[in-house]
Amino acid sequence: MAVITRGFGGRRRDDTDLPPGQYRTDDFPVLSAGPTPRISLDDWELAVVTETGERSTWSWAEFTALPADEPTVDIHCVTHWSKFGTSWRGVSLDTLLADVETAAEYVVAHSYGGYTTNIPIEDLLDGQAWVAYEFDGEPLVPVHGGPARLLVPHLYFWKSAKWLRTLELRLDDEPGFWETAGYHNYGDPWREQRYRAD
Amino acid sequence: MARAAVPGRLTWQSATVAATRAETATARTLILDVDGWTGHLPGQHIDVRLTAPDGYTAQRSYSISSAPGPDRLEVTVQVVTDGEVSPYLVEVAEPGDQLEIRGPLGGWFVRRPADPRPALLIGGGSGVAPLMSMVRAATSPTRLLYSTRSPSDALFTAELATAGAAADGLVAVRHVYTRVAPAGSPVPPRRLDADALARVVWPRDADSVAFVCGPTGFVETVADLLVGVGHDPANIRAERFGPTGG
Ligand SMILES: Cc1cc2nc3c(=O)[nH]c(=O)nc-3n(C[C@H](O)[C@H](O)[C@H](O)COP(=O)(O)OP(=O)(O)OC[C@H]3O[C@@H](n4cnc5c(N)ncnc54)[C@H](O)[C@@H]3O)c2cc1C
Repeated sequence: MAVITRGFGGRRRDDTDLPPGQYRTDDFPVLSAGPTPRISLDDWELAVVTETGERSTWSWAEFTALPADEPTVDIHCVTHWSKFGTSWRGVSLDTLLADVETAAEYVVAHSYGGYTTNIPIEDLLDGQAWVAYEFDGEPLVPVHGGPARLLVPHLYFWKSAKWLRTLELRLDDEPGFWETAGYHNYGDPWREQRYRAD
Repeated sequence: MARAAVPGRLTWQSATVAATRAETATARTLILDVDGWTGHLPGQHIDVRLTAPDGYTAQRSYSISSAPGPDRLEVTVQVVTDGEVSPYLVEVAEPGDQLEIRGPLGGWFVRRPADPRPALLIGGGSGVAPLMSMVRAATSPTRLLYSTRSPSDALFTAELATAGAAADGLVAVRHVYTRVAPAGSPVPPRRLDADALARVVWPRDADSVAFVCGPTGFVETVADLLVGVGHDPANIRAERFGPTGG
């Protein structure tokens, strides 16, 4: 039985597309655990490493020469904000993983700065995920994960690792940074999987 | 990065407003009674859920500002103009009112009581709330640098003055003001930039841990400055409260 809070009416905005427990914002808030890393494009590299240790890498020039998509998506942060209709430019994971031979079922994204997050590989394929390097037509700024970040809009946004460096393909699941700090292992906003036991 | 698993009570439970305490003209502390609450680690937050009579709900996160303890906790809320939840908590809620909470939450922005390392706490505005829990629970050297627009915007002023003057010397407090400084203040009001930080911050302890909390813009600026003056990024923990720069 829900507790009714006396005197609370709410200021609802008509938001039928909001997952439970979320509110809509037009700002772009920031959630990260520490300082924002600054990575120069000359040093930047993206790597995919398979379970057998096979490594594919892209320099910035190689990466940005790959065919890119321009997805417009809603994003949902575990700290309760959702932002509708965000537009990005990035390379689909289908493209990055096209020539990779693997039997992996899980991926751990590793970031510059040490952050990690884990995602089942099937959540990254079939047009569901990108490595994004532009937001709103501009280069992605460091505070939002630039030079490039993972973009997995159907999961809570901590899964969309900022400052992406390596995608580690694994046979087994390895919880990442927030996932070992009490947050949910999968993070579906529509099922409100915020914390471990949700 | 270090990992920390923190067990939390993750089901919603009801909380009753036991009392309220005005902190400034636009912020107040709510003292909540929560049956069976077993305490928290300084730095952690709760999620608060408010339900309107027609079933509409809103959820927001609030840091716990009190020292850890059973059955009761405090949150300190700053009004955000036009906000949905903060004006209710600051202006409407009264003793006896019920809301729902879950937590304690957050396993990274925490200072464990057993951690002997000195802590540098840097808070902007209401971002001092989780740092206040750390100050109240301090058992190792704790330095708080607190940035507000003016003295009248500062939370916990009297208690911080007392804590900073205690004979054990465990806690040190410095204020900086970005808009209006008190009469006779040696430092004019200014934004916390590299130069201002260098002037007010304590010399770096090799093994200190920094906790930075406040509006996103504030946290970004301060965390960058700390990295710039030699703090190890791995030892800077940040909590970003809101979308707007501060
Ligand atoms: C982990 C965590 C801990 C937090 N702890 C505290 C705390 O201890 N004390 C506290 O007062 N707040 C805290 N916050 C912020 C709090 O969760 C709410 O965001 C804040 O109270 C505003 O909610 P609202 O419903 O009143 O405003 P909303 O209805 O959500 O927003 C109204 C307008 O204000 C803007 N806005 C939202 N949040 C802020 C903000 N923080 N600053 C400036 N503008 C904003 C929105 O973009 C919007 O335009 C914390 C946030 C997080 C993520």
